[in-house]
Amino acid sequence: MAMRHVIVGAGPAGVIAAETLRAVQPESEVVLLGDEPEPPYSRMALPYYLSGKIDESGTYLRSRANPAEHYRALGIDLRQDRAASLDTERRSLRLESGEKLGYDRLLMATGAVPLSPPIPGIDLPGVLNCWTMEDARGIATRAAKGAEVVLMGAGFIGCIILESLVRRGVRLSVIEMGDRMVPRMMDQVAGGLLKRWCGEKGLQVHTSTRVTAIRKGGKNGRLEAVLEDGSVLPADLIISATGVKPAIDLLKDSRVETDFGVLVDQRLQSNIEGIYAAGDVCQGKDFSTGQYSVQAIQPTAAEHGRIAAMNMAGKSVLHQGSVNMNVLDTLGLISSSFGLWDGAEDGEEVKTLNEGGYRYLNLQFSGDHLVGAQALGLTNHVGVLRGLIQTRVRLGPWKQRLLEDPTAIMEAYLGCVQPIGYNASVLA
Amino acid sequence: MLKSLKIEAEKCTSCMQCELACSYQAEGVFNTAKSRIKIFTFHHEGRFVPYTCTQCSEAWCLHACPVEAIVLNPRTGAKEVLADACVGCKVCTIACPFGTVNYDEDTKVVYKCDLCGGDPECAKACPTEAITYVQSEQTGLERMRIHAAQAAGLAGGAADSGA
Ligand SMILES: Cc1cc2nc3c(=O)[nH]c(=O)nc-3n(C[C@H](O)[C@H](O)[C@H](O)COP(=O)(O)OP(=O)(O)OC[C@H]3O[C@@H](n4cnc5c(N)ncnc54)[C@H](O)[C@@H]3O)c2cc1C
Repeated sequence: MAMRHVIVGAGPAGVIAAETLRAVQPESEVVLLGDEPEPPYSRMALPYYLSGKIDESGTYLRSRANPAEHYRALGIDLRQDRAASLDTERRSLRLESGEKLGYDRLLMATGAVPLSPPIPGIDLPGVLNCWTMEDARGIATRAAKGAEVVLMGAGFIGCIILESLVRRGVRLSVIEMGDRMVPRMMDQVAGGLLKRWCGEKGLQVHTSTRVTAIRKGGKNGRLEAVLEDGSVLPADLIISATGVKPAIDLLKDSRVETDFGVLVDQRLQSNIEGIYAAGDVCQGKDFSTGQYSVQAIQPTAAEHGRIAAMNMAGKSVLHQGSVNMNVLDTLGLISSSFGLWDGAEDGEEVKTLNEGGYRYLNLQFSGDHLVGAQALGLTNHVGVLRGLIQTRVRLGPWKQRLLEDPTAIMEAYLGCVQPIGYNASVLA
Repeated sequence: MLKSLKIEAEKCTSCMQCELACSYQAEGVFNTAKSRIKIFTFHHEGRFVPYTCTQCSEAWCLHACPVEAIVLNPRTGAKEVLADACVGCKVCTIACPFGTVNYDEDTKVVYKCDLCGGDPECAKACPTEAITYVQSEQTGLERMRIHAAQAAGLAGGAADSGA
């Protein structure tokens, strides 16, 4: 009998895994389970749906015109159902529809679920997450031009949503518990500049404070957000973007080991043979630290999906670790961070800052290598920072040159990977 | 057999004809800031190095795209940006380890070399044959790409040899 692969979760990790399996093991059977009613879509694209740049179909991971046909043509059995429980002894899932589904290999690609802050009123209607298409529709309905909106959380996801809300013309207040914006992506300098930039654009960002309660107040059933200092913000809509956690509920009574996410080895296999994990649910290897952590970013989900599928198909491929990286557009100010942006132990760093021009570049070195970076206002060749970090290229003389001029990243990369100078073609 | 851009940096004089031709073909303007190919200057060595997308087979940009806005042109091997589908999330710009996908703040979408559909203007415009369009395997870019990818990690997952 053909090997049956069952993939739980039809986000980017699940879809890429399904496609990879069909490509490398065409004789096997691939079932892709997704519990959301929409065709597989990208959460990342939701902000652009909210800002009106695309319609719902613009968020689809594959084939805007006819997604069902895309999966059918590839021989992927895409089903809308939810895996309710797992029996690792019998290698079988019980689905919400009641059906039992056996598997030879199982991929957990269930993503993450939003964490709600434990405050009174968090369950009131009008308080929404921004995680699913359904959430986005709810936000689109309430966030009309001129509406008052309170956004809790100015982390990475919060900042992305912030941009789309401003584009919708709402009156927005942003509340962040940390002492700066994107505290887990950028340092004080960059976070501070981002906040100042928002202020200049007329957007109030309150840092080092929190919403302590939400209540119904005022007329027309509007909401009120109460801040730590007692001040009150009226709101037609309150959005919670205060973090997510891996969706591991399905594994609760199973023998599959979890920590924050599913614990895996370098083949992305869990402690139970035949059960793999990928994407936001997977506590995979971090390239920079060598530790296993949940990165919860799209490029990592894509890498995991491909590598898990290769191993499920019996082709041993080791995951060398994903570089944690983010890029953000905050009302037109573009920022990015890579790897050990906060620096390595015994590392060296170089910074160049132009406060007025909102430009900042920070490079982190360890020995002869680049290990991390942050940039504000850089849109050209920014990916080479990943290249320099992930190739672990020896910088040699280029380290000194970068310490003198950190902007020469592209030159450093080219200078390190191709021979430059007299007789270069002889060397190549 | 696919063709690729072959770059012989030692022949480059930094005359900028490639950048001008590229921006004109791609954007209808002579504006090197919009060029997909870029000449880098190495003062210490007194050298110029034209550089653009190698159309690598790993296609980091394509795989990182959340909405299938970067696609493979099977005829040329180029990874092409579908500007209509691009939402401007910029994830491809950080995913491309060669730094050859850029974000355009005017159009709000990303752009990269598409080999001009199989007839690259940069190669035609280069007066010194520093840029030529030839059968893939001979290109320096290919060699450079391999060199760069050999270093740990960039294969995304290295084949597990034994153990
Ligand atoms: C608003 C927003 C903006 C973002 N922006 C960025 C960005 O700019 N850059 C970036 O890198 N990342 C971004 N992300 C994060 C990125 O979207 C995620 O990292 C990515 O979606 C992870 O993919 P995944 O396949 O692991 O999980 P998901 O995309 O979450 O997909 C998992 C799927 O599995 C389903 N599922 C869960 N449990 C079950 C079950 N038991 N049975 C069946 N189906 C189940 C879920 O409903 C979901 O459909 C953003 C996320 C959001 C919400």
